[in-house]
Amino acid sequence: MFILGQPVSLSHYLVVGAILFVCGIVCMATKRNAIGVLMGVELVLNGAAVNFVAFSCPFLRADSHLALGLDGHLITLFIIVLAAAEAAVALAIALCYYNTHATIDVDEGDELKG
Amino acid sequence: MINWHTLFFFLFAIPTCLFAVAVVVSANVVRMAVCLIASLACVAGLYFLAAADFVGAMQLMIYVGGTLVLLVFGVMLTGQGGYASMKITSTNWLMAGLSGGALLILLLGCAALSVDAWSPKTVAQSAPTAEAEPTVAPLGMGLLGIRVDRLSQPEATLQSGMSGYFLPFEIVSVHLLVVLIGAAYLARTRRRREAEDSA
Amino acid sequence: MAEYLVQFGFPVWLAYGGIAVVQCMILLGIMMGAAATFTWMERKVSGRIQDRLGPTRVGGRFGWLQSPADGIKLLCKEDLIPKDADPILFRLAPYISFSASFSVFLALPFANGWVAQHLNMGVFFILAVAGLEVYGVMLGGYSSGSKWSLYGCIREAAQVVSYEVPLGLCVLIPVMVAGTLDLVTIGNMQQGWGWNWMIFHSPFMFVTFFIFVTCAVASTNRAPFDLAEAESELVAGFLTEYSGFRWSVFFMAEYGSMVMVSGLGAILFLGGWYGPIPVAELLGLTHANHAILGWLGDLLGACNFLFKAFLGVTVMMWLRWTLPRLRIDQVMTTCLKYCVPLAAAMFVGVVLWSYALPGGIFPRKTPLGAVAEGPTWPAPQATGGETP
Repeated sequence: MFILGQPVSLSHYLVVGAILFVCGIVCMATKRNAIGVLMGVELVLNGAAVNFVAFSCPFLRADSHLALGLDGHLITLFIIVLAAAEAAVALAIALCYYNTHATIDVDEGDELKG
Repeated sequence: MINWHTLFFFLFAIPTCLFAVAVVVSANVVRMAVCLIASLACVAGLYFLAAADFVGAMQLMIYVGGTLVLLVFGVMLTGQGGYASMKITSTNWLMAGLSGGALLILLLGCAALSVDAWSPKTVAQSAPTAEAEPTVAPLGMGLLGIRVDRLSQPEATLQSGMSGYFLPFEIVSVHLLVVLIGAAYLARTRRRREAEDSA
Repeated sequence: MAEYLVQFGFPVWLAYGGIAVVQCMILLGIMMGAAATFTWMERKVSGRIQDRLGPTRVGGRFGWLQSPADGIKLLCKEDLIPKDADPILFRLAPYISFSASFSVFLALPFANGWVAQHLNMGVFFILAVAGLEVYGVMLGGYSSGSKWSLYGCIREAAQVVSYEVPLGLCVLIPVMVAGTLDLVTIGNMQQGWGWNWMIFHSPFMFVTFFIFVTCAVASTNRAPFDLAEAESELVAGFLTEYSGFRWSVFFMAEYGSMVMVSGLGAILFLGGWYGPIPVAELLGLTHANHAILGWLGDLLGACNFLFKAFLGVTVMMWLRWTLPRLRIDQVMTTCLKYCVPLAAAMFVGVVLWSYALPGGIFPRKTPLGAVAEGPTWPAPQATGGETP
């Protein structure tokens, strides 16, 4: 089967989304660097956004009347904007943390007292 | 006969996945950031392919051009001597790999590949990508509360229920303002504390 | 263009691929030509402003061949990589800058319809891709493993991210008046005599143009905002460890983005490819008369556009040798305390002006607003009063 001759379907996009999501989860779980954890969060959010865009595209699926259309695009826009906001706050927290603990290793922050 | 959509899909999808894996595998924070930038830029390409041109440009502008610059900035400000890197033990790697693989199999099996209407065999051979309409104006109207794509909706309840995203838009605007002030406050306090400590 | 070739029996991949390669080559040629011309011009202009002669020896009286000579010299130099550098990122950084700067030209129209890829949201795409150029500088600075480079790149990051805000606001104002993000449509709305140019729309728009110029100079890292390079305090900033070919790639990216910013300003404010006097129309060089005449008119328009972009770059050089360099805190103050509030005020002013005078002061041939595109959906009143 010649793979480049086959049409692209929703499943292809969903596989990409799933891989991004799993990479993000593993990144969040394994990295000890606070900013590395933040990068994992970004990957997870993008996995979700890829799924939304894929579901909103009508010509990737046989049941195209069920496509999300503009809703998917709008939700993706909200995801992008909220991710930007989240990154700004998380970075401010990371900088604060670095300032008080002199490291950004998340394992060091095991006490409630700042 | 090559399907062009498929070719370009793989051109963007394979780097997306490879760079995402590289983010996880890399130990150097700056290289992680670079891989993340590349991965998310390729995701923008996927958006363009899926006829979401405005969302793709938004991804490039806000995510790749704004958020990730902030991230790299953060990496630089918190880097400790030379190139910041933190080692992870091999046991942790093994556990992470096992659980991640299990999660991936679960996601693929139970969600991504489960519906027949989403698989390549049932989709029309040539996707009419070129005929996709520009989404900028309908998206803008949608954010203002008017869903121009739902005007032909026959059911009155659905039509009024899907009126638009004006309220979420306002909430997000206020949220962004709060975040702006909050982040500025968080970043300011440490300087005051330093001044107190030294005084 | 590719559709015509397909009609004549070319295979699809050959037609589209060939056209894409030709367009890329043309754009690359424009960018390289601009870089070569402007390197020479920068020296001549700076020389004249400082009452010197500039290059005179290489290639005749005016030193025409200075740029090729420089190019050969740079290619023959050794490409050093410092011991402390991160070799992969150090090698990668110039090409990131260059490709971001080059990709912008794909969406920049040179005349009515003369654009490599006609995008419905051309302005937005250009701003988005132009914002990626900062990565080259940041990665180059960080991976050099030198304190001068690191200072330079942190300054660059802070400066560029901050200046994107007022720049975006200034771009938003003409876009709002035009009612579209399509650069070709925006350019065509300014057809006719010079007072149809966007800059003469209102006094607020006139002020906006100068804020735009300030932010554009800052976002291309030109003096007086070249804090990332700052050779008097930071050796050469992020470029300290670069030499030879990679250094020249950074340089080409800088000149490319200068041309791009000037071109964007020309389209958004200065009438795009239409001159102050509609020569092409008066001579009858329009598509309505004949296809070839229309093409000649477009060619005239492209020359017009390139002349405006060229003029913009010259003004940037003039500014460089006239104004003293700012300190980094002054740069940030200029952005956050002056440019952003001023741009926001101008935004409100233009909104009120358009509300009070919807037709503008002067009679226009092409109406402003989204009328030109024509909405594809019925009027929103038809939805049954569900507007908030």
